[in-house]
Amino acid sequence: MAQHPLRPGPAAFDGKTFAVKDWIVLGLMAVVILAAPLWLMADKGNSVAFIAFLASLLCVYRLRVPAWLRLLLAVVDLAVVMPLVGASSGTFAHVATVICMYGVLALGLNIVVGFTGLLNLGYAAFYAVGAYTYAIFASTQARNFMPFGVYPLSGNWFWLFLLLAMLVSGFVGFLLGLPVLRLKGDYLAVVTLGFAEIIRLLFNNLSKPVNITNGPMGITPIQPPMIFSLRLDKPVHYYVIVLALLLLTFVVVRNLQNSRIGRAWVAIREDELVARTMGVPVVRMKLLAFSIAAGLAGMMGVVFAAMQSYVDPTSFTFMESIVILCMVILGGTGSMTGVIIGALAVIVLQLQILKDASSYLTSLTTAGILNLPSWLNPAKYERLIFGLILVLMCIFRPNGLIPEKRVLQIKEKLGLKPKADAGGNAASKEG
Amino acid sequence: MKRALSPLVSLLVAITLLAGGVSAVAQTALPVIKIASVTPLSGSQAAMGETIKDGIELALNERVEEFKALGFDLQFAPQDDQADPKVGVSIAQRLIEDKDILAIVGHWNSGVAIPSSEVYNQGNLAMVSPANTAVAVTDRALPVVNRICARDDAQGPAGADYLFSLGLTSVFILQDKTAYGQGVADEFQKRYIALGGQVLGYEGITAGEADYSAVEEMIRASGAQAVYFGGIYPEGALLIKQLKEKGIEVTFLGPDGMDSAELVNIAGEAVVGTYYTSTAADVSGTEKGAAFAAAFKARFGHNPEGYAAYGYDALNVTLDAIKRAIDANGGALPTREQVVTAVRATSGYEGLATNVTFNEIGDNTEATVYVLGFSEAAYPPAVIKAIPVAEYLKK
Amino acid sequence: MNQLQVLVKIIPQLLSDGLALGFVYAIVALGYTMVYGILEFINFAHSELFMFGAFVGTEVLLLLKSAGILADMSPTVALLLSMLVAMIFSGALGVTVDRVAYRPVRSAPKLVPFISAIGVSFILQDLVRMVEEAKNGKFYLNAPTLFTNRITLAPNMVVPEKTLYIVGLCLLMMVALTLFVSKNKWGKAMRAVAQDRETARLMGINVDKVIALTFLIGAALGGAAGTLFSVQYGSISPYSGFVLGMKAFTAAVFGGIGKIPGAMLGGILLGLIEVFGASFLGALTGGVFGSEYKDVLAFAILILILIFKPSGLLGKPVGEKV
Repeated sequence: MAQHPLRPGPAAFDGKTFAVKDWIVLGLMAVVILAAPLWLMADKGNSVAFIAFLASLLCVYRLRVPAWLRLLLAVVDLAVVMPLVGASSGTFAHVATVICMYGVLALGLNIVVGFTGLLNLGYAAFYAVGAYTYAIFASTQARNFMPFGVYPLSGNWFWLFLLLAMLVSGFVGFLLGLPVLRLKGDYLAVVTLGFAEIIRLLFNNLSKPVNITNGPMGITPIQPPMIFSLRLDKPVHYYVIVLALLLLTFVVVRNLQNSRIGRAWVAIREDELVARTMGVPVVRMKLLAFSIAAGLAGMMGVVFAAMQSYVDPTSFTFMESIVILCMVILGGTGSMTGVIIGALAVIVLQLQILKDASSYLTSLTTAGILNLPSWLNPAKYERLIFGLILVLMCIFRPNGLIPEKRVLQIKEKLGLKPKADAGGNAASKEG
Repeated sequence: MKRALSPLVSLLVAITLLAGGVSAVAQTALPVIKIASVTPLSGSQAAMGETIKDGIELALNERVEEFKALGFDLQFAPQDDQADPKVGVSIAQRLIEDKDILAIVGHWNSGVAIPSSEVYNQGNLAMVSPANTAVAVTDRALPVVNRICARDDAQGPAGADYLFSLGLTSVFILQDKTAYGQGVADEFQKRYIALGGQVLGYEGITAGEADYSAVEEMIRASGAQAVYFGGIYPEGALLIKQLKEKGIEVTFLGPDGMDSAELVNIAGEAVVGTYYTSTAADVSGTEKGAAFAAAFKARFGHNPEGYAAYGYDALNVTLDAIKRAIDANGGALPTREQVVTAVRATSGYEGLATNVTFNEIGDNTEATVYVLGFSEAAYPPAVIKAIPVAEYLKK
Repeated sequence: MNQLQVLVKIIPQLLSDGLALGFVYAIVALGYTMVYGILEFINFAHSELFMFGAFVGTEVLLLLKSAGILADMSPTVALLLSMLVAMIFSGALGVTVDRVAYRPVRSAPKLVPFISAIGVSFILQDLVRMVEEAKNGKFYLNAPTLFTNRITLAPNMVVPEKTLYIVGLCLLMMVALTLFVSKNKWGKAMRAVAQDRETARLMGINVDKVIALTFLIGAALGGAAGTLFSVQYGSISPYSGFVLGMKAFTAAVFGGIGKIPGAMLGGILLGLIEVFGASFLGALTGGVFGSEYKDVLAFAILILILIFKPSGLLGKPVGEKV
């Protein structure tokens, strides 16, 4: 077997020899990795360049070169190129921020769904708890029921609230988990769904007798984060904040995954009974997974509230939970990089590609090249296209864009073809 | 790896082609002025968003030639905010960075308009709202935000005044727990109580459901003479219909969210004897309105609904302001700041649905609140009373 | 207390309203529970089959009306006819959806079919909308009025005629389904597949056919419920399925998902809880919690029941499969 030129080992190209076409692929990737960021830097408003740039990040991830080189490339792209671009193009900074936010949310939900194998259909509730925690105190809202203190709190409190909201949401997750975690599979799913609806309705209704959430009118304006007297309210500021939080989350969750706790989670997912027999404290581990995931969502809620400067209950519906779940499953349940890429794919699709495509078609219509009747207006069919992509992904890549490594290993051991039944994947042993 | 890459590469190719197409289309000699509409075009509120968009599109197309004569290529960029604040904000980000966009007309939901307008404000992009009635939309006093429709605290009190003048002194208030419904219902309640009326019940319903029998029975039990419903026509029509079917005789009054031909289609004969308040009188009754309705029908194949005329007016207010800005700028393309100033300076605009003069926070002082009542099951109903909105505007 | 006494008077009326709502929930819940019983999979798109059926049924009624036949025919016949057509179309759609979007992912990890179903749900909503808009220029439909009479069953209990039809037809469908599942050969095959798919296959049961049949029946019931819903409430939009679907699914879990009688019980109970909750919450809590808390109440009861009976009201506690 010929050695891989850059990263030796059996994993290279499924053990096949490194053929000419592999060199071509490698060359293409290298070109994309180098060219895309330069292109974006040169033309900071070009959305094609932005998509190419995001694609180049994927190429960096898949490139078979030593880890330090990949890391270096990623750092240059994320921490140098992106902020520079974002400083001049708020749109891309905003899209990148949203990607990172959902990246954290997907990482959090992945702990519950991917690692521990519990289906949670109400993740947005914890996101809402975090958002309202900050929104109430960083606006005049708290004046309605707090007897002491001066509200709104200044944006300097933002940093403390990241932690505080994490604790509050984590605690809410703990309280919910306590009675319901012994439920199986889909019953748990429905309880989380119901719980999320309860939370949303409470936020929608708690404007009387005491006005805590201002009901459906929502809370606005909310203080942006501040460092001393510097207001961080530009899209690029949020990008930097959220990128830092994403990296932090990634490192923490990665360490958890590789620790005793992470192995206990996977053991519960694969077979709860065996795990219990082997001495894994099942209930405590499930609670921990639930609370950590809830805490991460709460932390992101704070960023969301500050960034939008407005929170209302319509941002935290059942669909929100479903979208986050789609990211986890599309990206590859259980795989940390996978779910971030899932978040990237869904957000780029929703906020960038579908919007670009529909405004392109509209421009064709107004230019008189196409004559679409009103009912065929492309702007109306974003959900349809999203739905189609979901179905096609499920059929053709059921383990997600980037399947969890363990799944691949198991398949390899069992001698299974990639499309066959995924024996050890998440939640398959539920119920 | 190749498996993961191939869809990606094909995606890239597709996008590049698309972009190539865009730049091919965009080749035009005249400087471009783009106006964006931002309304929900998909999801459950798409019907209202659609009709506003159509009204805007109609108005814009009528004036393309006029702007061509001035040396500008006027273009329309409809956007779909999906009635979602998050999507609204990202669209707003895109819009402020598209240099061709000079103003936007939107939104439908106040909940989307509020966070999005913070972004427009950063980009100095003028926004003219055809439909956002929540007080917070203009009360934040952002220079870019204007609206041509009436505020909740004009329409709610106007409804209360009218109901009271009918001698109906007890009311049951319903609202759909949205920003719009609650806003207008609360303002109604304040005024009604101040007038000395008796509120026998105040309940929230869930929009999107179809069975409201529980609250209807409560209305029966309360013995209220009238029902005020803060909400929009799909639920309003069902309430009217179901109340009638249940044999509960009350006078029904709603805000301008009820203003739709569908109200009659859904509620049928039950609609006779119900009222709603609106800032638009019967549009099709006037000569201008009839022409509008005919042009609308010819272009889109269906009749204009409630807010279509507001969309039409909002766009014309915007274009008139841009035109003034062009004049002030010596015929050259105005900056966004100039457009913002020009829009706010709008005064004495005579429109289809409403006349427009903006005050210092962008509220329309010339709006009139009309009370309309159905004497037969046909849309539009007759105007019963006209109340100048200035009576209710603060200061 | 005065307010309570007033409310007590309307209890019979609330009972009939709650039952009418509950029966619609129950029929839709059946579709969820049948598919779940066999595949252990939440058919998220079932609410769209319901919505599709409502559109087909309403279109049939409108067709009859525009042909001028509706006025001359008995409303019962018109209702049954439109229901039948809706059932055929919805059933066919259900089988197609299974064939196209679910069967290819049958062996994939458990959550994948669920996501596929979400995708199908989005697609169907927008497709129905697209067709309706191309056809009528708007995407919601109003059903013609079939029944206008109101019947006094008891003092304080005046029921529109159509409500009686709905309750009657729903009961009929439930009885028919129960008989089918317990007596018919195919019904038995369904139960066998639900119990153990592999063993059923070994026993010579064509599992794929049984699954297709399950989708056919579940979707046809959904379509029938859709038509009834449209006649009862008078208006339908491509997005009406979502809220109702979520409620019906909750009802299915309430009663014990996978259990046919459970879905019926769950649906009826949920309907009653909603109607009574909405009217009594305000009076019982002194106006602090109004009817806007009815869903909070429904979900809270659901959670409480699941905590104490983790498999739903009629579900038997299942031992862990080892």
